[in-house]
Amino acid sequence: MTTLDELRAVVPAQGWLGEALERVAADPAAIGRLFPAVGRRCGRAPLPDAPGWSTDEAARALLLAALPAERVAAEAETLYRYGDAAEKRAVLKALPLLPVGDAGVPLLRDAIRTNDPRLVAAALGPYARRLDDAAWRQAVLKCVFMGVPLAVVDHLDERADAELATMLAGLLEERRAAGRDLAPDVLALLDRLKGV
Amino acid sequence: MRILDPHIHMTSRTTDDYERMAAAGVRAVVEPAFWLGQPRTNPGSFTDYFDSLVGWEPFRASQFGIRHHATIALNPKEANDPRCREVLGLLPRYLEKDGVVAVGEVGYDSMTPEEDEVFAAQLALAIEHELPALVHTPHRDKARGTRRSLAVVAESGIDPGRVVLDHLNEVTVGLVRDTGCWLGFSIYPDTKMSPPRMVRILQQYGLERMLVNSAADWGRSDPLLTRATADAMLEAGFTEDDVDRVMWRNPVEFYGQSGRLDVSAVAETGATFAGNSIQRGGS
Ligand SMILES: [Zn+2]
Repeated sequence: MTTLDELRAVVPAQGWLGEALERVAADPAAIGRLFPAVGRRCGRAPLPDAPGWSTDEAARALLLAALPAERVAAEAETLYRYGDAAEKRAVLKALPLLPVGDAGVPLLRDAIRTNDPRLVAAALGPYARRLDDAAWRQAVLKCVFMGVPLAVVDHLDERADAELATMLAGLLEERRAAGRDLAPDVLALLDRLKGV
Repeated sequence: MRILDPHIHMTSRTTDDYERMAAAGVRAVVEPAFWLGQPRTNPGSFTDYFDSLVGWEPFRASQFGIRHHATIALNPKEANDPRCREVLGLLPRYLEKDGVVAVGEVGYDSMTPEEDEVFAAQLALAIEHELPALVHTPHRDKARGTRRSLAVVAESGIDPGRVVLDHLNEVTVGLVRDTGCWLGFSIYPDTKMSPPRMVRILQQYGLERMLVNSAADWGRSDPLLTRATADAMLEAGFTEDDVDRVMWRNPVEFYGQSGRLDVSAVAETGATFAGNSIQRGGS
């Protein structure tokens, strides 16, 4: 899992971000107006040295981490509540790096209820270990249904179980009855689960 | 042909509309926050709506290769309902979003004291958040409403070049032409404004600071009337470059003043993982 220190190394606290981090540490409420501006100020390019992260996502994770620890859970909840899709995604990805315990689980559940594959995918990172098995299986099944590549699912093989195999096999049967198929990464997972 | 529809309520439209719009040349849209026909009775209804304008609707548009931006405001009709007034305090969060390119629709519906107050407060927000403003002119008592709107704009101190007065017609265009404000025209399938009338206005008043939109919403309206107006311009002897100016460069210049308009091509896979969940009927 990518750590905060790795993100700090690839997105240095300079310029606008450096000032924003200092402001947030001194005045936590300032994050409400800084957080949405990150994409415009820091850019949105993917970060080759932090696979799966973009510049704006990393900078937003660092802003959250700059908050006083006791404020993080509440601010993350509010920023997610009022966030656009990019902000919501950044909060979801930052959750496993923040001192929030289980407080972020409702955000994950909200993201999984959406019909936006970017949010569903972001909800299935390392923090998803806090989801109960039934919710996690439904989320993986939803990824398959929406065409989100299973590579986004953290610890997929460790957690995938016989129940998930049954659900996937059911979906496969429906698809084939309709003359369609499932993506190769799903068929490969099913094979692994059946021990083929 | 490339079209930016600077005023269209896509929330009320179907995926068929998106498909037909893309085929007609609409590459980008701006969706102003307005009322939904059914009155809202609490601030939460607004935040869910605003969330959709900066989250779900841009995603839906992106699946058809259309770039979606929004303008955010408490609209004049609902400004009169005290239960909705709290929305004003929630606006600053949304006015910082990447996809928000103006404050709007603000202005007048019935010209009440409540509308005066909310209109002025939101022009102040536009200045504070460095955004242009989209002003809806009332459908009833339009000429007086337009004059009064111009007075409020002048009093606010906002640069008139960052303001558009919308839903203008033959009677009100002259009131706005020399104010430095932009001029918006909504083309409807009924009597309010038609493509041939729009062409005559362009012939008479020129192309500078002119914006043409469909204002399509949940009422009787047509999201392809921008294209129909462009075709009518060509038939009347305007050049392709004239059409490009009115349908693309003008709205890009107006909303570009926000510093947030992004009309680079929508990335093939950026938003969807090629998931096409909408075409498949969702989950
Ligand atoms: Zn409108």
